[in-house]
Amino acid sequence: MPILKTEKLTHTYSIKTPFEHVAISDIDFEVSKGEYLGLIGATGSGKSTLIGHLNGLLKPTSGSVFYDGTSIHESKKRTREIRFKVGLVFQYPEYQLFEATVFEDIAFGPKNMGLQDSEVNERVLEAARFVDLDSSLLEKSPFELSGGEKRRAAIAGVIAMRPEVLILDEPTAGLDPRGQAQIMRNIAHYKDAYNTTVILVTHNMEEVARSVDRLVVLNKGSVFASGTPAEIFMSAEKLFELGLAPPKASMIASRLRSFGLATRPDIYTIEQLRQSLNLLRGGEQSGGDDNAS
Amino acid sequence: MLRDITLGQYFPGNTVVHRLDPRTKLTLMIVYITALFMAKGLFAYLFMFSILILCLVVSKIKPRAVLSGLRPIFIIMIFTVVLNIFFVRGETVLFKWQFITVTKEGVVTAAYMASRLLMLIVGTFLLTYTTSPITLTDGLERMLGPLKKIKVPVHEFAMMMSIALRFIPTLIEETDKIMSAQKSRGADFESGGLIKKAKALLPIIVPLFISAFRRADDLATAMECRCYHGGEGRTKMKVLRLAFRDYLAFLCSAAVVASVVLLGIFT
Repeated sequence: MPILKTEKLTHTYSIKTPFEHVAISDIDFEVSKGEYLGLIGATGSGKSTLIGHLNGLLKPTSGSVFYDGTSIHESKKRTREIRFKVGLVFQYPEYQLFEATVFEDIAFGPKNMGLQDSEVNERVLEAARFVDLDSSLLEKSPFELSGGEKRRAAIAGVIAMRPEVLILDEPTAGLDPRGQAQIMRNIAHYKDAYNTTVILVTHNMEEVARSVDRLVVLNKGSVFASGTPAEIFMSAEKLFELGLAPPKASMIASRLRSFGLATRPDIYTIEQLRQSLNLLRGGEQSGGDDNAS
Repeated sequence: MLRDITLGQYFPGNTVVHRLDPRTKLTLMIVYITALFMAKGLFAYLFMFSILILCLVVSKIKPRAVLSGLRPIFIIMIFTVVLNIFFVRGETVLFKWQFITVTKEGVVTAAYMASRLLMLIVGTFLLTYTTSPITLTDGLERMLGPLKKIKVPVHEFAMMMSIALRFIPTLIEETDKIMSAQKSRGADFESGGLIKKAKALLPIIVPLFISAFRRADDLATAMECRCYHGGEGRTKMKVLRLAFRDYLAFLCSAAVVASVVLLGIFT
């Protein structure tokens, strides 16, 4: 039973003006409870438009969105409830910080939910723990934090609502590698703690290859492919044509295959590549010659 | 959505009107407005109206674009009409109830005022719909050039204006994004009284200001990196030159003004 599902979802921007353009058309998309889903696609492929529909920010031009089997646009009240159940972290979320202290800012969501002060308090502290924000930072102004800390504070602001589905739009963009790894770890912790469904929108294939259960590839407003990372990265060249860069390991493996070295086709991490190459070297003969590589 | 605002928007095209020099268009605009105020009587108005329609057709502006641009002005129009109908005193009383009197003169004045306002606004649409804001400020800068002699910082004003115009769409987009982000955290901009609504704007205004200042800072650095030092000695990549069509347009406008004046006198 999918927790979130879209049916024939179509969205057209600036309808009936010279700037009219179809961002997504006829998208059938679903995600099940507890799944870790990666959403990839080139710039302009409709990723942001699609996720904007999942918590009811955008209204479909046609088609519908279902949460737990019922439409999210049934009533205004329902749409508002969905906002808290489907947490959406935008690109560069640190630009939305506005409160006087980090604590207040993280509390904005839970307060809007109408929770008791003690409950709000508890959730803020818990969310700060999930994103490794030291409690000494909570009383500071959000504008005194470093870039990575700001990003994590903003993510905590969404996590504090304890959403059932957490959607993150390029959560690691513009951070240094350590900051990126930290955020990916934080997301994984939250997911494990509450068995949350996570949808990760990204350009970074290495990152997505390691963490997700399933990948959905968007191209020009439609679903191009869907499957496990192994299945998707098997056709590495196709992704390349869409303007995406498959993980380096897949590219190397596919290149080696073109030289006649029988690496496995479903490789997408460095470890798998190493394993496969070791296997080839360890006595098992193959059609290729080692000099070629 | 905020991005669907049409007032003052430029619709790219390649008609004669689009290609006219911005200085010509600005001058014609002033002439047009003057002519509108000189127009007296039904025929003069009809004449101006047909000239306006002709220009709209030539510039290939879609009627829908004009209508949607008029929407925000609608309330002012109604206000003008109502005010004129009820407060202009005249001889022939059409309708009287207690202290409300409607006279024939009132209705006529209201109709004239409304159509003048309408033509005025649609006329300015003609300018902004067919001229990109950058070209427009460029034209303004050249026209106001002589003021530099008396130490008016014309170039700086023009630069400020083009920067402001350049950033309006960016800031609108930014506002859209911030609103979506805060809505995702359950912010509610629709319900509640005036004070609650004003308070609800805080989560938008604070990030918007911060980002505007950040952009201003970045832009200043970028301009300095490219050695910007104000208007002195600065040359243009596209120098404005009046073409044959511009002179032709001036000639036509003179004819229009003359006709309006004559129509006012002889009918």
